[in-house]
Amino acid sequence: MKAKIREILAKHGRLPVAIDTLGDTDDLHAAGLTSFASVELMMALEEAFDIEYPDRMMNRRNFASVAAIEGALEKIQQDMAA
Amino acid sequence: MCQSCTNTLLDNLIRHGHLIEMGVDGLYGRSGQFEDVVSRFDDLITRWGGGDGPEVMRFPPAMNRVHFEKSGYLKGFPHLAGTVHSFAGNERDHAELLDNVANGKDWTGWQKPTDVVLTPAACYVLYPVVAKRGALSEKGGLFDLQSYCFRHEPSKEPTRMQLFRMREYVRFGTPAQGTDFRALWLERGQKMMAELGVPIDVDVANDPFFGRAGRMLANNQRDQQLKFELLIPINDGAGPTACLSFNYHQDHFGSTWGIRTPDGEIAHTACVGFGMERVALALFKHHGMDPEKWPKAVRKALWG
Repeated sequence: MKAKIREILAKHGRLPVAIDTLGDTDDLHAAGLTSFASVELMMALEEAFDIEYPDRMMNRRNFASVAAIEGALEKIQQDMAA
Repeated sequence: MCQSCTNTLLDNLIRHGHLIEMGVDGLYGRSGQFEDVVSRFDDLITRWGGGDGPEVMRFPPAMNRVHFEKSGYLKGFPHLAGTVHSFAGNERDHAELLDNVANGKDWTGWQKPTDVVLTPAACYVLYPVVAKRGALSEKGGLFDLQSYCFRHEPSKEPTRMQLFRMREYVRFGTPAQGTDFRALWLERGQKMMAELGVPIDVDVANDPFFGRAGRMLANNQRDQQLKFELLIPINDGAGPTACLSFNYHQDHFGSTWGIRTPDGEIAHTACVGFGMERVALALFKHHGMDPEKWPKAVRKALWG
């Protein structure tokens, strides 16, 4: 899942640095992920993983790192399966 | 008493001639007294903020379409924007247009976008002007603006006009200069409004971003406490209305327009906005339809 997240980040994150230079827990906001870019990222993740972020999951914390994105996606997938 | 007459704030304002109906919700003329209140409030703002030495600029209520597109407004608020279109056909098209108008048919097919977009917020016009000047000085920048602004959100609430005036002070500089400015006005704005004898409350807020993606932007804005509003209860049976707003844009406009501090960093910006009609409406709501009869302290604050 992380590899796919990184691929989507590279395409939609508009980060000023290469995603390969960031670790899974590095702060994406500090690395330059803007609010507008995180919206594009969210939409791309929704399409790629066939999920929909509920309102309460749409926040900065869930886009703060590759690991945080993965955690949020897993949670949404679990909730959808339940 | 007329049974069908209602007694909302809007009805009262129209009955007393302070707002003049134009047949479109949110589009009104203003009485001389209403305009006098707006002018006095404008002066009150200057008394509180003019001492900081802002550079005063006034623009028409429209902006360059290219600047509007670059500003990013369409990302967050496509539903509120007003673009100016004009007839771009030939003489035969003109005849057809008139025929369609006469027959109540759609006549807008020949309308094409012009280079002009209605100003959505007073400060949108300013960023490209500041960017063109080059890097900021050590002191950063401070500007005083006032403009009619357009937002397409027709409503029966008099506080939600489609064309309204917004006064703004806009600060450019380092992150500290931006946050200091906002902190200054958060405090100063409450003291200033206390002179007007209306109930006020300050709360964290978000802009009305469009759609599902907009909810994410709104949540982010609230999480980071980028926007505060000074609220006054105005509308009957509705929540309070934002009359002043205190915004820290971080580097959003600085990076969009390539505005830099003297040491080459992207400039941060902040602004305080005053809803001129909204404050006038708050005064009419709380002190009555006749400004001559408003409390002495309020009259003194406004008329001296």
